[in-house]
Amino acid sequence: MFSVLAAIPKSSSRNRTGSWRSLVKPHYLQKECINCGLCKMICPEGCIEGTEKNQYSADLDYCKGCGLCADICPKKDIEMVSNQGTE
Amino acid sequence: MKQFLEGSWAFADAAKLCRPGVISAYPITPQTHIVEHLAQFVANGELNAQTINVESEHSAASVVLGSQACGVRSFTCTSSQGLMLMAEVVFNIAGMRMPILMICANRALSAPINIWNDQQDSVSLRDSGWIQMYAENNQEAVDLVIAGYKIGEKPRVMLPVMVCVDGFILTHGMEVVDMPTQEEVDQFLPPYNPPYKLDVEKPLSLGLLGGPDVYIETRYAIQKTMEDVLTILPEVGDEFKKKFGRESVRLIEEYRLDDAEVALVAMGSVCGTIKDVIDELRQKGQKVGLLKIVTYRPFPEAAVNKALAKVPYVGVVDKNISLGATGALYTEIKAACSHDKKISGFVMGLGGRDITKNSIESVFSQSKEKVNSCTFVDLHNDLLWEEFRV
Repeated sequence: MFSVLAAIPKSSSRNRTGSWRSLVKPHYLQKECINCGLCKMICPEGCIEGTEKNQYSADLDYCKGCGLCADICPKKDIEMVSNQGTE
Repeated sequence: MKQFLEGSWAFADAAKLCRPGVISAYPITPQTHIVEHLAQFVANGELNAQTINVESEHSAASVVLGSQACGVRSFTCTSSQGLMLMAEVVFNIAGMRMPILMICANRALSAPINIWNDQQDSVSLRDSGWIQMYAENNQEAVDLVIAGYKIGEKPRVMLPVMVCVDGFILTHGMEVVDMPTQEEVDQFLPPYNPPYKLDVEKPLSLGLLGGPDVYIETRYAIQKTMEDVLTILPEVGDEFKKKFGRESVRLIEEYRLDDAEVALVAMGSVCGTIKDVIDELRQKGQKVGLLKIVTYRPFPEAAVNKALAKVPYVGVVDKNISLGATGALYTEIKAACSHDKKISGFVMGLGGRDITKNSIESVFSQSKEKVNSCTFVDLHNDLLWEEFRV
């Protein structure tokens, strides 16, 4: 008899882990963006999408609210806002 | 062909006949000769395998876990402290359902440092999810290695197998062994064809996080598989007997138990001594017998119960001690038998203390006299003090 033993790549994306998020989440202002892509690269969850200026956003199904994207943004175009009551 | 061989050489020959692709082990007395011989076979070109040198047993176990996960039949062996260092990986190997075969050359655990034989090392890892079999002699060990791969690699089983051989007594003992030919073993043991493996063409992750939502099912699956092994193992034993003519691969062996009034239960090489004592006592008219446990995990509870059903007095010989409780085998024999049976436990032979014919005779008579769950046999009382001394 066998139970859960192995997983194929990307299958863990079935688990929507955004519910584990801390008290804050990123709010992309989409005003000063220069399409440098730093937020996308630093995200430990790989849950930021976007390829053009002012079009980046975080997938809140996976975002943990760590704030690294807001911290690294050279244009301060990402704000961390309260997570409360917005789910 | 019958050959007069040192145990370790015979075990290395048996492992070689199974054509492992990767061998990794770290030297530790009394296991060293086994890997030494295997490394020689590879260096001579007699065995097409990779021997991977490592810095510790933890790494040796990790290497064979990795190679087996890649779909390659793998072999390792260790002893005592080495097995303790491997312990973390030993559990992982079973949890990841990798049918690695390991020979454990049974040796005492420190402290005090002791390189001699008892079975504390492998018995301490009885809960790890490995199939554990104990050999009485070198022929049996050779047979269990060959059959061990076959049992573990069954797609329904996929569990690792530990063949336990008493250190020095078997590993360094010279005996005649009927060594099968490569052709015979190739016919008996097909190439390893796992139902899952790591493959860049078909990516897969193994050994992942399993939270409260999935973990207990993984344990249940191993437990149910262990129960299946109680049926599968004797089937492989029959197949083995047909091919090689020997009955080595089994759950238990009954020796002159039919009309026995007192029976000992034991595992490993001590069974040879017990059989000799039984023959002598039988000549004097005493009705004595032996129940040898070959397969300790899965524990053959039903077979044990049946074998001992008509025996009123039972003595369990443990070459291990669950300190603060009793010998490990005693607990399980007690649990397997009805409450009215008189079962005594004897701890003996720890750290290489000789188990003589006299010791066995006294255990037979003590088993009939008075029930005691944990009697240490052949203690030197002059070495025991109530207060610290140097």
